[in-house]
Amino acid sequence: MESATEPYSLTIVSLYPRDMNIYGDRGNLLSLVRRARAHGITAKVVEVNVGDPLPEEVDIIIGGGGQDSGQERVARDLAGRGAALRELADDGLPMLLICGLYQLFGHRFVTGSSSEISGIGVFDLETRAGSERIIGNVVVDSEEFGEIVGYENHSGNTVLGEGSAPLGTVLQGAGNNTMDGTEGARTRNAIGSYLHGSLLPKNPAISDFLIRVAMERKYGAFSPREIDDKTALRARASAKKRPR
Amino acid sequence: MRDFLSAVVGKAVRALARLRGGGSALPGLVVERLDPGFMARALSTLPLGVVAVSGTNGKTTTTKMVVEMLEAQGLKVFTNRTGSNFSRGVVAAIVGECSMTGRLHADVAVLELDEAHAMYFIERVKPRFTLLLNVLRDQLDRFGEIDTTAGYLQRIADATTDVVIVNREDRHIASIGERTRQRAEQTGSPKVREFGLVNDLLSTFPGDDDFYGGSSDAGLTAGERHDADVVLTALGKQTATFRIEGKVYETPLQLEGLYNTYNAAAALSTVRSVFEAAADTYTTPTTQQLLESLSQVRPAFGRGERLELDGEALELVLVKNPAGFKLGLASFDAEGVGVMIAINDQYADGRDMSWLWDVEFASLQEGGVAVVTGTRAWDMALRLEHDEVAFGVVEEDLSRALAVFRANTQGQPRRIYCTYTAMLGLRKRLGDLTNVEEI
Repeated sequence: MESATEPYSLTIVSLYPRDMNIYGDRGNLLSLVRRARAHGITAKVVEVNVGDPLPEEVDIIIGGGGQDSGQERVARDLAGRGAALRELADDGLPMLLICGLYQLFGHRFVTGSSSEISGIGVFDLETRAGSERIIGNVVVDSEEFGEIVGYENHSGNTVLGEGSAPLGTVLQGAGNNTMDGTEGARTRNAIGSYLHGSLLPKNPAISDFLIRVAMERKYGAFSPREIDDKTALRARASAKKRPR
Repeated sequence: MRDFLSAVVGKAVRALARLRGGGSALPGLVVERLDPGFMARALSTLPLGVVAVSGTNGKTTTTKMVVEMLEAQGLKVFTNRTGSNFSRGVVAAIVGECSMTGRLHADVAVLELDEAHAMYFIERVKPRFTLLLNVLRDQLDRFGEIDTTAGYLQRIADATTDVVIVNREDRHIASIGERTRQRAEQTGSPKVREFGLVNDLLSTFPGDDDFYGGSSDAGLTAGERHDADVVLTALGKQTATFRIEGKVYETPLQLEGLYNTYNAAAALSTVRSVFEAAADTYTTPTTQQLLESLSQVRPAFGRGERLELDGEALELVLVKNPAGFKLGLASFDAEGVGVMIAINDQYADGRDMSWLWDVEFASLQEGGVAVVTGTRAWDMALRLEHDEVAFGVVEEDLSRALAVFRANTQGQPRRIYCTYTAMLGLRKRLGDLTNVEEI
């Protein structure tokens, strides 16, 4: 996979692509790899499914959402990696977790029947199943990334504790829950979010963040290239005009 | 008396709605409010009852196949032809065709049912036959999850009295068949029939799990399996080979596309079920006769429909979910063809664009895409950019896009991949330029 012409390379771990892929989560991986290439970096992708070992070398971790029925299997497997993943997060590894894995990277998910699925506690948050699904276009205002544009489709209500900051404030849509106007979570360089659409293609600022942090950790420096984002900018503009 | 009133009111509303142009489901809405029992009463008088067709992809074309095969054998068939598959659409169709006394003069009804709206329908009418095609990711913003959709289809199967016809190769549908079979062990009904694929073709028709590297059932593909009622054994360019009761038949088809051909197996099995149940009162056709009528069926509007523009073929391919888009791209040769993609995000299309990221567009790299249009044209363009597919003009407005597409692809056959509302919009505009069948 690695090309000799590029001096830089990053290993991206795609977490549970077999079970957690429901809302075009593949788009995030595709976009991140493409973005890295545009910055002159070779991206090597390692898929880690239930039972697979984490590779020794990992520079970025991303993961998506799944159907309720598949989540317990994933939760069990994830629990076994909890300590390793918490350590990586504490060490500042850049991560992006969407929807289902965002929830499981918190402390716990309380289901409709009040049983609990334990998470791994990378984020200080917990999620309770709500009675209604929260569905629709979302625009979030983030200090670090500017406006984040996406789409949400979840029945979980997520509430953050003090150990995680929200990713941003909702301008349109619901986000973490229907009460407090926050969306997503940040702990060190790990980002959790409910937004898909897919998230990264229309929000290259987040891809750039993940790549920059990974490069700085691995090579001590990152010199970004100028990238033409015209198509992404136009797609963001039309998405923001659409009804909920 | 009630039937008479409802029929008259419905017909009056229909006449008014026609005068104002459009509103095909409006009379259905009015009658349903006025007389909620109207639909059930009208359908209960049909000697062969109701055939329901549901599933994610291919409902409209498959319904059309079933209807036309039954009609070719001399049956009078009532159907919701406009693809208005909510129950108000069914009521509207009854109002259009019934007598002033609210009676439908037909032998059988064949109805396409939207998965979610079918719940309302089956509370009122029990289908005698139900055909379940597939469960694929579609409009998750409406249904939430695939498991929810599968649950809806299970309930349609549960409400069916005589025969449930299931797709053996779709994991969700096959388990619905299995559960129905177990449940029927005591009562003896409904019966379960299967249509399927020969092992060699399984990889050509990936199911939802296969698309996403999901936990695909290895057991499904392994070794020899018991024979289904109708098995698709081979397909060529507008031909198909079926195995029915151990005999192999090759037939030409007007329909194109892998999914249309497989759905022909579904339609054949359904029609066979109907005639088997009606053997006392109707003459059972031979398999040759059924295939003869199948070979005459043309695609439903927008489903691989062929129009002509500037002396060149123009194909409309409806794409509404990843599986449909993938099969659409795989079914039609891209070489030498001018391509436009039209992506809308109205309610009927689904508002979420995530699904575009589950489709691979590499097959369009060589010829590129001439025009991208629709409310989410830029999302589509962004998707193409990620797969290194060159695109020409991006124009959200359908009319302007169609004009540019026409000018930039002169002398070439053309193909438009479009979501549901984009397809309706484009057909309307194409109607001003060429011959388009009214729906």
